[in-house]
Amino acid sequence: MFTPLANPFADLATIVPPAIMQIYVVVMALLVVGGTLFDIIHKKSATYFFNNWRSFKNQAKRQIGAGQMVSLAVQTAVIDVMASGEFCNMRRRVAHLLTMYGFVIYLVTTIIMVFVYPTSAPPTPASVTVLWYVGILMVCVGGYWFWFFIRVDVVAEGNSPFRFVRADLFIVSLVLSVTFALLWACLQSTSNMAWSYVFLVLYLLATTILFGSIPWSKFSHMFFKPAAALEKRVAEANGTMSNLPPPADAPRKYGGGLKHARHY
Amino acid sequence: MPTFVYMTRCDGCGHCVDICPSDIMHIDTTYRRALNIEPNMCWECYSCVKACPQFAIDCRGYADFAPLGHSVRVRREEEKATISWKIKFRDGREKNFVSPIRTTPWGSIKSPADYAPPGTEALKSQQLAHEPEALKIDALPALSRNRFKQGPV
Repeated sequence: MFTPLANPFADLATIVPPAIMQIYVVVMALLVVGGTLFDIIHKKSATYFFNNWRSFKNQAKRQIGAGQMVSLAVQTAVIDVMASGEFCNMRRRVAHLLTMYGFVIYLVTTIIMVFVYPTSAPPTPASVTVLWYVGILMVCVGGYWFWFFIRVDVVAEGNSPFRFVRADLFIVSLVLSVTFALLWACLQSTSNMAWSYVFLVLYLLATTILFGSIPWSKFSHMFFKPAAALEKRVAEANGTMSNLPPPADAPRKYGGGLKHARHY
Repeated sequence: MPTFVYMTRCDGCGHCVDICPSDIMHIDTTYRRALNIEPNMCWECYSCVKACPQFAIDCRGYADFAPLGHSVRVRREEEKATISWKIKFRDGREKNFVSPIRTTPWGSIKSPADYAPPGTEALKSQQLAHEPEALKIDALPALSRNRFKQGPV
């Protein structure tokens, strides 16, 4: 019988030593760090970012003090990162929030279960295991919603939802990883061991691709986009505004504007 | 040189894909951001530049009229019904323009489909659709047969 309160990693520890699971998690973390650094160096993103930062600073019409910089950083963190405020379309924003927070919850609870409660003793708190499943479900809802109904190359350009391009590497490996994790955990708890091993292998494969393909996927956008959002706020604050004209001094009285094509 | 996308600003929303009259703005298959796939077919109409809600698209004009060092950027604000331009010359001069887009709320003007179709008499009439009421006059100024026969007066 399926029990959502069972720690699937503790059950797996009867076959796979906890040390192996912990080494795997550490290797994945190192792949994230190494992959992101390689991506930055290879694409010269950091060089471009700091060159841009310096050029905007030289053209600045107003100087920004340390206090104001901290305030801009906090606004970026709260509005642009935690609330995904840069999205102009509400459906895209909600899907992104579900996927982002679901992934974070799933990741944190996985680390807790693997490192703090790797075996049956001591028992894993029910809140941790339930949150693991909640995180997975959030990623599935947000991820599949985006994959089938929100992607512009599908709903606006008419491509098949099953057309895979390199841009899909991150989202596909992410949703497949959590889907296989869910299936593995459910089947393991119902003692259907043969199929649970199949999905365990698929889960490990998808997870390794997710964290190992960082130099070729969009994974590192979670580091780049906050930096770009901060740069945008600093450009507005120091008066350069990326050469854009300032907002017009006129009342907002004409309504919501054009109804853009409702593909998604 | 036509439009190009700042991929750090773009979030792949597809507004530029929808609006491009040349059908050359598409989603890049590597980064899922907007991309001008055929720059030499770009009319530089600025539709995508104006439509982008993240101001992630810019246009580099051809060098014969827009040499390097210039900047032309636009901000379209639908709620205020204004469009603002900032033009920077390469010698440092700057010109700013703000123009209205419309003077009535969005959606307040009836589209042709919202009117009843014309009857047979209206189709036979010499008058165009919505004349003379749309011109805010009682009748079109036209010579009648009797007046015409009077000759010059």
